[in-house]
Amino acid sequence: MKYSIEVENLTKQFGTQKAVESLTFQVPVGTIFGLLGPNGSGKSTTIRMLCGVIRPSAGTGKVLGLDIVQQAEEAKEHIGYMSQRFSLYEDLTVMENLRFFAGVYGLSRQVADQRIRELLTITNVIGWENNLTHTLSGGLKQRLALACALLHRPKLLVLDEPTAGVDPVSRRIFWSIIQALAANGMSILVTTHYLDEAETCDLVGFIFKGRLISFGPPREIARAVGVDTLEEAFLTFVQEETGERIDLDLTALTAFAKR
Amino acid sequence: MKPRRLASIIVKEFIHIKRDRPSLIIAVLMPIFLLLLFGYAVNTDVENVTSVVLDHSKSQQSRELVANFANSGYFNFMYYVNNRAAIHDLFAQGEAKAALVIPPDYAQQLHRNETPQVLLLIDGSDPTVARTILSAGQLIGRVASLEVTQKFVSGKGIKVEDLPGIDVRSRIWYNPNLESIRFNLPGLIGLILQNITVMLTAFALVRERERGTIEQLVVTPIKPAELIIGKLVPYIIIGFCDFLLVLVVGTYWFRVPIAGSVPLLIGLASIFLVCALAVGIFFSTVARTQLQAMQMALVFIMPSFLLSGFVFPRETMPLVIQWVGAIVPLTYFLKILRALILKGAEFRHLTGDITALTVFTILVIAMATARFRKHLD
Repeated sequence: MKYSIEVENLTKQFGTQKAVESLTFQVPVGTIFGLLGPNGSGKSTTIRMLCGVIRPSAGTGKVLGLDIVQQAEEAKEHIGYMSQRFSLYEDLTVMENLRFFAGVYGLSRQVADQRIRELLTITNVIGWENNLTHTLSGGLKQRLALACALLHRPKLLVLDEPTAGVDPVSRRIFWSIIQALAANGMSILVTTHYLDEAETCDLVGFIFKGRLISFGPPREIARAVGVDTLEEAFLTFVQEETGERIDLDLTALTAFAKR
Repeated sequence: MKPRRLASIIVKEFIHIKRDRPSLIIAVLMPIFLLLLFGYAVNTDVENVTSVVLDHSKSQQSRELVANFANSGYFNFMYYVNNRAAIHDLFAQGEAKAALVIPPDYAQQLHRNETPQVLLLIDGSDPTVARTILSAGQLIGRVASLEVTQKFVSGKGIKVEDLPGIDVRSRIWYNPNLESIRFNLPGLIGLILQNITVMLTAFALVRERERGTIEQLVVTPIKPAELIIGKLVPYIIIGFCDFLLVLVVGTYWFRVPIAGSVPLLIGLASIFLVCALAVGIFFSTVARTQLQAMQMALVFIMPSFLLSGFVFPRETMPLVIQWVGAIVPLTYFLKILRALILKGAEFRHLTGDITALTVFTILVIAMATARFRKHLD
């Protein structure tokens, strides 16, 4: 298996609306792949198709060498997923949540206890085991969700805007964990709004209005556009696509504010 | 279907119930509350009705008649008045519901072997009470009249037994003392079983969606069947415990023995439980929030409460309303419960209702599964 994700002409249509249009790309195993794009560009739809939650309208896709339609159930055994919105059980304690997901992935009691102990340490949630989840801070919740997603030692970890609304310290901890996981051979798919985070990805794909408009290592993307950072490249793409000016004409605003 | 996975879902669901106060109240307090309510408060037995005497005769004979009424246990003469207006006042105030008016020449007429007319006035605003005391009053009157006849004919050397006539004897089966608890309790078993399972299951599945936790579940290898069964098992257990609780309290505390076969009763209750669970699942696929699920459950429970024959006899309802009642599964289960518990009915007596109940159960399951499948996509 060479690629963690490979898609060809992947399309999803809701009614007459094309949410995702003919995505084609390949992501090698063991890399961090950042899927970037503004809200509503089709990132979440792409992720949901890759995770086997929804079926594509057209095109094909493979995750970890498994077909996303035919072998979706098998693929789910090897995918760890953390959603945008916190989706663990708030009325369960940290430990109860971990035990539940360990059971869902069919881990035996001994293996589960062993992994839970390890993951509590790795994600630094130790000491909170018996607290109800709704009492945890945003950063802690995020790390707990990560721990739950890692319980079954997935080969591909999918993170949908994992650091939205998380404080900078937690974000830093979070990304060091992700990088360490990738360094040890885990493939990672992450969507984010923070372009400084995306800069640390091995590969990024810009998706805009359901279409992939750029794909490659961050440095190369910036170089190809002739700018220094991914953020500038991103703004350039959006401007090219929409013809919209992003540096506003401030004379009108100044006049308005002075009045 | 992996047992380990199923067990995890069941354990998790029990933790939810334990921590969710409304669920806990519905599961534990509601059956107890309904038992007390229908065991004690809702008593349609009519006896000791507060009554008035307007005795114009004031004779030995009139006092005897009043005593006859009082001894029946239906009338409790609390007031003795001197005019009609006073009766009206007592009725209007709700202080009395029946009045016995005895004419001034009551004793003299009896003496002259005539037939004096006695008036029994009844407050008919509550038909149940009115109907009962009406028939009780008429019966007491007939017995008193018979006594007078007896005295008259025996004076002429004839025995009353020798007089021609029709002797209607009645014997009441199944509930000889006409206690309303005997009628209510079997129905209560069905009502409790239905309400608890419908409400709890409707909540359980909506909760996952309302809180967004379904997001995480759909990306795990959990199969829809595992999720549904795992989530339902706790409610099957709770529903069954509540069923047994009501059965035991009914038998040993309210002394309503089960005349029929207990295994058959449990078997049929299981079918009904499955039906109620399916109704709950169906609601949870339609509702978006727990509040909506609650409202749907109520919209379902209210008519089933009124139209199934739980409180009002279905036979007297207009035909259209009877049809509506016929699409409520509880209707059939109530008939089964009453027949089985009170009358000792056997399977062969119940085939019609059992068939109807089974058909409904299969229908609701089909609807719920169809909705649920579509819904996950």
